[in-house]
Amino acid sequence: MNLFESFRSGVQSILANRLRSGLTMLGIMIGVAAVIVLVAFGQGASNSITGSIEGLGTNLITVFPGTAGGSQADANLAVKDLTVDDAVALNDQVLAPDISAAAPTKRALVSCTAGTLSHSTAMVGSWPAYFAISNSEVSEGGYFTNSDELDGRRVAVIGKTVADNLFDEADPIGKEMTCNGVPFRVLGVLVSKGASGFGDQDDTIIAPLTTVRNHLTGIGSLDTIAVQAASSQTQAQAQEQLTAVLDARHDVEAATRDYQIFNQASLLTTVNQALGIFTALLGAVAAISLLVGGIGITNIMLVSVTERTREIGIRKAIGASRRVILLQFLIESTVLSLIGAFFGLVLAFLVTRVEVAGIQPAIVPASVLGAFVISVGIGLFFGSYPANRAASLRPIEALRHE
Amino acid sequence: MTPVLDLVDVTKVYGDGDAVVRALDGVSLTVNTGDYLAIMGASGSGKSTLMNIIGALDIATAGQYHLDGIDINTLDEDALSIVRNRKIGFIFQSFNLIPRTTALANVELPLAYRGVKRGERRDRAKAALTAVGLSDRMHHRPNELSGGQQQRVAVARALVAQPSLLLADEPTGNLDSWATADVLKLLDQMHDEGRTIVMITHENDVAQHADRVIVLRDGRIDEDRLNR
Repeated sequence: MNLFESFRSGVQSILANRLRSGLTMLGIMIGVAAVIVLVAFGQGASNSITGSIEGLGTNLITVFPGTAGGSQADANLAVKDLTVDDAVALNDQVLAPDISAAAPTKRALVSCTAGTLSHSTAMVGSWPAYFAISNSEVSEGGYFTNSDELDGRRVAVIGKTVADNLFDEADPIGKEMTCNGVPFRVLGVLVSKGASGFGDQDDTIIAPLTTVRNHLTGIGSLDTIAVQAASSQTQAQAQEQLTAVLDARHDVEAATRDYQIFNQASLLTTVNQALGIFTALLGAVAAISLLVGGIGITNIMLVSVTERTREIGIRKAIGASRRVILLQFLIESTVLSLIGAFFGLVLAFLVTRVEVAGIQPAIVPASVLGAFVISVGIGLFFGSYPANRAASLRPIEALRHE
Repeated sequence: MTPVLDLVDVTKVYGDGDAVVRALDGVSLTVNTGDYLAIMGASGSGKSTLMNIIGALDIATAGQYHLDGIDINTLDEDALSIVRNRKIGFIFQSFNLIPRTTALANVELPLAYRGVKRGERRDRAKAALTAVGLSDRMHHRPNELSGGQQQRVAVARALVAQPSLLLADEPTGNLDSWATADVLKLLDQMHDEGRTIVMITHENDVAQHADRVIVLRDGRIDEDRLNR
């Protein structure tokens, strides 16, 4: 009796006990679905957070003023502000060849009105280069230019949320809005980045730095200098050049550094590590339900062996060897487990189509493969004890069994 | 010519110490090809034990047993299952068909264990079922068949692999008189075709169908007579 025959007889006996087989499969089905779905949710969460970190800018390095020790330490040292000249220096292609652009930023909390509508948000004053650095593209209208910046013109590019709140359905391009009493003309609307763990990324206004400083904040320290590395491979070099330039300009060294660097790449790595652990934990919890499903298989197969003792006796009497009986029950448990896994997969695909709490689950191919391999393993492992019991039954005793 | 069955001084002992039971106590028996033997005896006489040993389902404690020249006592469990498959066709009192499986699949089973290809298996099983008059019941399951029909499926299953020996254990014990006559007629027919049959029964009129009758008492052959 070859493998294919044993497979057929396994399937036949599963079909002969539909209800029992179905209930056993249910355990595996739920286990497999749980593993795939939970890992998919973990991956979905990871994608969403990674996406929003990347949405902050491409190859972004941000420089903040102040020391790592906080304000107390700042008071003891002669902390120099970050200045526009610092940003200009970072754009020097000789000193910092791996930095493609650097732009100073100054934030102002503003309350804007347009017609009867009003909205409060943060306005970022910066240079035109900031659009590229922060991955901010306009979907309608255009950007402000260097001459707008030089002349301090009252123009702005607004995020989708601001556009919706101030202009409702109307086209905001060319319209005027008043922020903290200062009139601005809207030049463009940014492409939506969506909401994320970092809040609504569309709730922003970008205006020329000079304008923001002249009309809203005054000439104080900059909030940040946003720096873009030429490529993701040269982030480390870019950061080195950045520190070299700023250390020289501020006359500091590593211990007395009066600015801090936030590197998007290292944040991504850290966050991805944390999320990887989170996903693995979810998967592990789900794997426990697979284990429980496996124990269900052992249980049912043991019942099945007992119930079919006489049948096993008959089969042995007419010439089934130990191997054939063993194979039959092993295949039966494995097929049971595989069919369960298949339905679990279908269930998982259905469930992961649903978006939960803003997270779109992403099925990880490895988890699908893994769940299948594990369920075959479960069938073999948890089926082996009952199958062995069946195979080692003595035919005369099995035949006497009622 | 080698006899189909050759038992010399076969003894089977169950238990040990004070509880020892000698189910068979030195049984010697030879059955040749084409013989039709009935084994009779009251319950407890050892006829089931003898049937288990002849059927290679159990091993004798002492003595020699050759089936078709094969020394059964020296075989391990897997080898015994091969012998059962090749040499013996079983017919049981309680039919012992595999439940929830069609008559055809039941009859195919011994061939499947022997490794016969699917197509050939199906043809041979159909032929065997036709031979026992069940060509119109092939796809019925055991629970859809009467007792007599089930036993005829069992006969077909016993025959399909062309065994050296048909071993029938009270084949009519669970049947009404109509079906009994039916099954006995089938066995007579097999005998006429030259098959070797050993039948265990406790009914005299059933034993009358055999050429030779042995009667067991307390694990020994008490009587060995020829009919007709």
